[in-house]
Amino acid sequence: MGSQGSHHASKIPDIEAIKKETGFSQANIVRLHHRFRALDKEDKGFLSKENFLCIGELAVNPLCDRIINAFFENSNSLDFRSFIRILAHFRPIEEDKPKDPNSQEPINSRRNKLKFAFQLYDQDKDGKISRNELLQVLRMMVGVQVTNEQLESIADRTIQESDLDNDNAISFEEFAKSLEKMNIEHKMSIRFLK
Amino acid sequence: MLTVLLVILAGLATGDAGRGRNTTSDSRDDAGHGVHLESLQIVTFKWHHVQDPYIIALWILVASLGKIVFHLSHKVTTIVPESCLLIVLGLLLGGIVWAADHIASFTLTPTVFFFYLLPPIVLDAGYFMPNRLFFGNLGTILLYAVIGTVWNAATTGLSLYGVYQTGIMGPLEINLLDFLLFGSLIAAVDPVAVLAVFEEVHVNDVLFIIVFGESLLNDAVTVVLYNVFDSFVSMGAENVTGVDCVKGIVSFLVVSLGGTAVGIIFAFLLSLVTRFTKHVRIIEPGFVFVISYLSYLTSEMLSLSAILAITFCGICCQKYVKANIGQQSATTVRYTMKMLASGAETIIFMFLGISAVNPDIWKWNTAFILLTLVFISVYRIIGVIIQTWILNRYRMVQLGIIDQVVMSYGGLRGAVAFALVALLDSQKVKEKNLFVSTTIIVVFFTVIFQGLTIKPLVQWLKVKRSEHREPMLNEKLQGTAFDHILSAIEDISGQIGHNTMRDKWTSFERKFLSKVLMRRSAQKSRDRILKVFHELNLKDAISYVTEGERRGSLAFIRSPSTDNMVNVDFSTPRPSTVSTLLKENASMVCLDMQALEQRRKSIRDTEDMVTHHTLQQCLYKSRQEHKHLYSRHELTQDEDEKQNKEIFQRTMKKRLESFKSTKLGIKHSKIINRNYKRDRGQKRKSSGMNMIPNGKIPHEKDMEFSDSDDITNYDLEKDIGINFVASVTKQALTDTTKGNDNPVFSADDEQTIHMTFPPWLSSEDTVTPSQRAGVQIPYSPNNYRKLTSFRLSNGSIDKMLADGTEERPRTLLPESTNM
Repeated sequence: MGSQGSHHASKIPDIEAIKKETGFSQANIVRLHHRFRALDKEDKGFLSKENFLCIGELAVNPLCDRIINAFFENSNSLDFRSFIRILAHFRPIEEDKPKDPNSQEPINSRRNKLKFAFQLYDQDKDGKISRNELLQVLRMMVGVQVTNEQLESIADRTIQESDLDNDNAISFEEFAKSLEKMNIEHKMSIRFLK
Repeated sequence: MLTVLLVILAGLATGDAGRGRNTTSDSRDDAGHGVHLESLQIVTFKWHHVQDPYIIALWILVASLGKIVFHLSHKVTTIVPESCLLIVLGLLLGGIVWAADHIASFTLTPTVFFFYLLPPIVLDAGYFMPNRLFFGNLGTILLYAVIGTVWNAATTGLSLYGVYQTGIMGPLEINLLDFLLFGSLIAAVDPVAVLAVFEEVHVNDVLFIIVFGESLLNDAVTVVLYNVFDSFVSMGAENVTGVDCVKGIVSFLVVSLGGTAVGIIFAFLLSLVTRFTKHVRIIEPGFVFVISYLSYLTSEMLSLSAILAITFCGICCQKYVKANIGQQSATTVRYTMKMLASGAETIIFMFLGISAVNPDIWKWNTAFILLTLVFISVYRIIGVIIQTWILNRYRMVQLGIIDQVVMSYGGLRGAVAFALVALLDSQKVKEKNLFVSTTIIVVFFTVIFQGLTIKPLVQWLKVKRSEHREPMLNEKLQGTAFDHILSAIEDISGQIGHNTMRDKWTSFERKFLSKVLMRRSAQKSRDRILKVFHELNLKDAISYVTEGERRGSLAFIRSPSTDNMVNVDFSTPRPSTVSTLLKENASMVCLDMQALEQRRKSIRDTEDMVTHHTLQQCLYKSRQEHKHLYSRHELTQDEDEKQNKEIFQRTMKKRLESFKSTKLGIKHSKIINRNYKRDRGQKRKSSGMNMIPNGKIPHEKDMEFSDSDDITNYDLEKDIGINFVASVTKQALTDTTKGNDNPVFSADDEQTIHMTFPPWLSSEDTVTPSQRAGVQIPYSPNNYRKLTSFRLSNGSIDKMLADGTEERPRTLLPESTNM
């Protein structure tokens, strides 16, 4: 396993840089690289949106489109580096490691985790979740039985709950503030991405 | 049909039991007083006739009174856990009883404990189990419950045997199997004791669920180990073969999985039954108890793990039962369950104390007792450390050293161990009394000493506490979003983790189980986000009503003329609205007693008013209330509806009259225009106020509605209160815009035609987007208006109309009068 892993590892470009940037262990990077190549059906070295849509379970996820879009924020193709960088958001935070004040904020920090969730809402990238944007996501997440009327009132209520400056939209600061009591570190982490 | 059968069965059972009791006590009666029964006596003193139930009732009363006394002093109960106090009380009472007649007649017998006292506690635990937390930590819990308990049993038994060989304990008639048997019964962490102590400590959820889940699930292990060693002891050490050991392991699997299966089957049954209890609301709560109890008895009958069965019955049925049964039934179930559980717990601890006062069972052996105490504590600690070390390699939420300390320290032993040791056959186990005394000491030590010290320990170690907070729509919403995100990421990274599994389970559950087990109406409204929204809305509505009434009645007293009308209009229709809401939307939302109380309070407030139609409303109210009090079989909804209809008609008439009188002679369209302009102006004004950065808090917007006196009150309220008040104005403003567009109030139109239009539809449709866009201030948080139409969308159109229209005059009238 070990030799195979290291053998594979040598095929991954910039593995040291990735390790440093994402904090993933080598084994994890190797595993994710396997996954990356498995998804890359045509063996073209990058992923397209179609590759993601082939994942069966993902198709039934209500937020499927938004999440895929989050991967393809900048371009229509996704190389391994960007792929793993986004997955790194979900690496659990090490609690016991001493914080180095000089190093820049790690990708899996609380703030970055929140940022990831926030941008799923904020489609027009104006730094605010407007009522409409919230409504769209709500529509995706709640069942069909809920009427538009109800959805709108939920959206209103949600905005009202976190809207501090009364602009009828949720800025990132307000978003973070409204969730400050929530254990984002645990809620937005996946165990095996350690 | 099924219900009738059940009722008959239940009736027969109680009848039989009653007759049985009668005959036994009769025979005793005859034996005692056979001589006196010659002539007719007008009054006879038949103590023996009622003796047994009487004494039971008296003990329960004493225990409950004891609880009252403890809570008279708040200081005592914050320091000393109730379980300790109850044990001490039991010791005292046992002393008194023993001093009186020198017989320990009241002890905690295993039958009573296992059949009557334990089930309610475990059912309560299962029914209110936080499922997500429980299943999220299931792996950890299982490891501690299975491996941990086996480890504890084996090490304690073997170490005691080892020490016994050295001869410190002196001569005892014990062999290795006896030691192992003792180890197995003393090893298990006790759910009753853990619950009693941890409920007062409030450690964080994860820690609590791990210790508590372990104590529940280790029952299977305990039962199996106990049975295996018990039969080994009776077989004799020399006859035990390897086959028996294998059988033991197989029986563990059968007992645990079988118990779980029985629980799940009965949960399925129970959910299914509650789906069809709509017309027998009164006995609805009974099903929950009877069927879960049957699951316990069934698995006891099949010699499976009864605790597991009833736990899983509670865990699995809770979702469907809560969705299916009416709101009143849900409250009844909740409080009955809590009452039974807490009563059983009280009795258990008191009788533990009483049982200890019995010189016949005491056999002291210092070395044995002390060593048992040392071993169970030490091995618990070692076990926890080793298992946590293993677990932490797989867990995302790591268990720190502090958690481990609390987990080791929380390994309380309790009544289960005592009942098991009391079950031992003194013929086979020669040193039964030594085991009994040791168990009592261990239980007392863990409950009293550890129970007393765990709170300071938790404080000293700064263990993360659980905090109770208000549900936030945001958190719920984002929580759901996070779940979806995580399962998507798991899919993308190609690993099957918790989230994927949960996702799959939810979709399976939604597709199949819910369809079968839930009422159709309940299926609709079971979205989690929607549920929180419901709850928040209800809470708001209640505070809105109480607030409004308070203000309304105050203003009513102070201001003589014009406001009078306004305030009455503002406050009167409200109670009926909310109470109908509460009644109708029953199963969707669990309301607390507090809410019910508030509702009652609001009624009382209304009664204070003197106006004629207020009084009328009150009469409706109280009639409803009364009916609930004395209708035994059904809570007839039709009557309520009729009443509501009538109320609605009256209100409508009243509205029309007041409307006509105020608007008489003014052309209708002009009013709309004027009102609209004014509204916009006002909105600008208030939004302007909003923007003033000089620290004006939003509630000042509310000035137009209330006297300045009231504002000081708001300052006392928390954020929510302020939000709420702030939104009143916003809502009012939107109401006026919408109210004008609403055809119900165009006076020259035929009223009846528009009655068929639900107001929320018409108002939504007629408000043009440009109007909305023109509004400066976010009009959105008009919760209350939304609330009414939204909630009532399940009800009849009449009621919607009633509620939809009720609000408008309140906002229309002040403006017309103020002009």
